[in-house]
Amino acid sequence: MSTDYRPMWIELGLDLEAHDALLGVLGSLYEQTFMKQHNRPAGMKYFDFVMSEVHGLRIQELVDARKQGRKVVGAFCAFVPEEIVLALDGVMVGLCAGAEFATAEAEKFLPRNTCALIKGFFGFALARVCPYLAASDVVVGENTCDGKKKSYEIFKDLVPRLYVMDLPHTKSAEGRSLLRAEFRRFAAALEDLTGKRLTPDVLRRGIAAVNAKRSAMHRLARLRAADPAPVSGLDALLMNQVYFYDDPARFTASVNAICDELEQRADRGDGVAPKTTPRIVVSGCPMAVPNWKLPAIVERTGAVIVGEESCIGERGTQFLTADTGRTVDELMDAIVDRYFKIDCAIFTPNPSRVEHVMRMVKDLDAHGVIHYGLQFCSPYQIEAGPVEKRLEQEGIPTLRIDTDYGQEDVGQLQTRVEAFVERLRG
Amino acid sequence: MRSAGIDIGSRATKLVVVDGGRVVLRVVEDTGCDPLAVCRRLLDGVAYDTLTATGYGRHLFKEHWPAAEVISEITAVARGATCLIPGCRTVVDIGGQDTKAITLDAAGKVRKFVMNDRCAAGSGQFLEMMATALAYTREEFVAAAGRAARAQRLSSMCTVFAQSEVVSLIARGASKEEMALGVHQAIASRTAALAGGVPVEEPVVFTGGCAHSACLVSLLSAALKKLLRVPESPQTVAALGCALHGSPLPMRTA
Repeated sequence: MSTDYRPMWIELGLDLEAHDALLGVLGSLYEQTFMKQHNRPAGMKYFDFVMSEVHGLRIQELVDARKQGRKVVGAFCAFVPEEIVLALDGVMVGLCAGAEFATAEAEKFLPRNTCALIKGFFGFALARVCPYLAASDVVVGENTCDGKKKSYEIFKDLVPRLYVMDLPHTKSAEGRSLLRAEFRRFAAALEDLTGKRLTPDVLRRGIAAVNAKRSAMHRLARLRAADPAPVSGLDALLMNQVYFYDDPARFTASVNAICDELEQRADRGDGVAPKTTPRIVVSGCPMAVPNWKLPAIVERTGAVIVGEESCIGERGTQFLTADTGRTVDELMDAIVDRYFKIDCAIFTPNPSRVEHVMRMVKDLDAHGVIHYGLQFCSPYQIEAGPVEKRLEQEGIPTLRIDTDYGQEDVGQLQTRVEAFVERLRG
Repeated sequence: MRSAGIDIGSRATKLVVVDGGRVVLRVVEDTGCDPLAVCRRLLDGVAYDTLTATGYGRHLFKEHWPAAEVISEITAVARGATCLIPGCRTVVDIGGQDTKAITLDAAGKVRKFVMNDRCAAGSGQFLEMMATALAYTREEFVAAAGRAARAQRLSSMCTVFAQSEVVSLIARGASKEEMALGVHQAIASRTAALAGGVPVEEPVVFTGGCAHSACLVSLLSAALKKLLRVPESPQTVAALGCALHGSPLPMRTA
C-alpha cells in the first residue's frame, strides 16, 4: 500500500524490524492461501483489502478514534460483551494470537506445554508486533481455561492495563449470577474508563450494532447450505476472523453485500467446487488470524468446509441479544442471557455443543466433521472424545485432529485429511 | 492390463505391478534421501497402463509422473489387505514413521481410522534407532528379543529419551536381550493403545515393515488380545492396494 504507516507504528511502540518480518510472512501466506482459490466471490475483494490493511488503515482508524476520545478495548474471547463496549462509544478489537511469534521469548514466561494461542499472544506482546494490542486502552482477559487464567497473572505485567473478567464454569443459577455480576462490574469499569454512562438508548444501539453483525453472519451461514457451496470455507473463516477487527457497521454491510452475491450464485447453481464435493463442518478450538493451516489442507484436498462450530464461527455468533428491555438493568440481563448460552468447553457439562454440531451437519448438508483441537487445550481436547463418539453413533463420520501453529506436521495432517475425504467419498 | 502401485514411504519405497489379477512384480528399495531417483530406478523398464501412488512422497511423485493417481496410505493399505485377507475387518500398519489402525466395514470400505501424531515414537524408526543404540542389526535385534526370558521395562517412547534410558540401563549392566524385548514390548503396548481408538474386530491384519518381526507380531497379538494375520509380504500391502486401485480386475487367489 502507498500509505506510509511507519510513523504510526513507531508511535505505537512497535518493533519495526520484527513487524516488517511479520507482515512479510503474513502477506505471502495470505497470497498463497487465498488468492489462488477457484471462482472466488467478487465481494471477497473487500476482505482482501481489509487484510492488506489489517495493520495499516484499521490501526489508523483506531488511533483516530482514540484522538476523538473513544476508548479501544482489546479482547481474546467471544465472552467479552461487545454490546457494552459499543454502548459506551468504545471500539472492540480481537488481539493477535493466531501465529507462532517469538516463541522462545514466550517460553521464558510459560511452560513449553502451553497451547499455541496463549504462547501466540505472549509472543506478539513480547516482540512488540501487535498494533491492536499497542492501540488498546485496556486489554480484557477472561477466566476461561486454566491456561488462560493463569497466564493472565503473568500477562498483566506485560501490558499497560489488563482487566480480568471472571466467568462461570457451570450452567447453573450460581453460574448465571456470577456472569451477571461480572458483566456489571465490567460495565462499571468501562464507564470509569470512558467517562460515559450506560443508558437504555445507548445500550440498545450497542445491541443493534452487534446483532446486525451477527444476523449478517447467520445469513452467510444459511447460504453456505447451498450445493454447490457458493463460498469456500477459507473465505468464510476469513469473514469470521475479520468480524473481530473491523468497524461493525462497515463489516455488516460488506457481509450482506457478499451474501447478495452468494444468493445469486446459489440460484444459478454456481459455486467454488463441484456438486459432488465432500462437505465438512469443522468443530473445536478457535482459529485466529493467520491460522489457516487446517482449512487450507482440507480444501486443497478437494473437500469444502461449510461451517465452523468455533468461537471464531457459529459458537461466537449464533445467538442474538434481546433488545426489548426498557431499563439498563433489563438490557444488561438480556446481554447476560445471550452470553450465558455460549457452549464453550470450559462449561461442565457442555451437552448443547454437540447438539449444535449435529444441527449444523443437518442444516448444512455436511458429510462429516473434523474436530480441531489445539495441543494442550484440555477443555476441547478432552471434550473431543465424547463429541467424536456421539457423532459417529449418529452416523456422522468424524476425524479428530490435534495440532498447533507449527508446519512440521502438515504432511501427517494431509494424509489424515485425504484418508478422511476418501472415506466420505466411499 | 498392467496396473502399477508405488508406495513411497519414509524408509522404503515399494513397487507392485498387477496383471490379469496376478502380482507380476514386487520390489522394495530404501527411500534414502532422493525418493525421485529411487522411483525412477524402480520404474525403469517397467510397463504399466495405470499408475497409482501413495506414501509420504506421493505428491512429489505426482509432480513428476502427472498421469499417476494419488491415494492416501490408509485407503491403499485397506485395499491391499482386503484383497490378501478377504473379509478382514481391521488393519494395523506400522511403517517407518507412522502407525495406523483402520476399521473396515463388511465391504472392505474404511469406516474409521486413527494415526499417530507428528512424533514417530513407536514406529519402525524407533525400532531401528533402538537397535542401533544396542549395537544390533535389525535381524539380530529381533532374534535377541526372542531369546529374552523377560522384558526390561522402558519408561519412555520418545526416541531421544529412550536412547538415553538405554544408555543408562547399559551402564547399570542390564541385559541387552531384555532391553531388546522391552523395546518391542513398548511398541506393542503403544500400538494397542492407539488401536483402542477404533473398534478392533477380527480378522485383524498386521501390515507394514514392522510386521516382519515375529516378536512384534506375537507381542501385539497379546496386547490386542486378537489373532493377527500377517500377509506374505506385509511391507508391500499399500503398494498392492495402489495397483489394485488402478486395476479393473479382481485378484485371483491361487
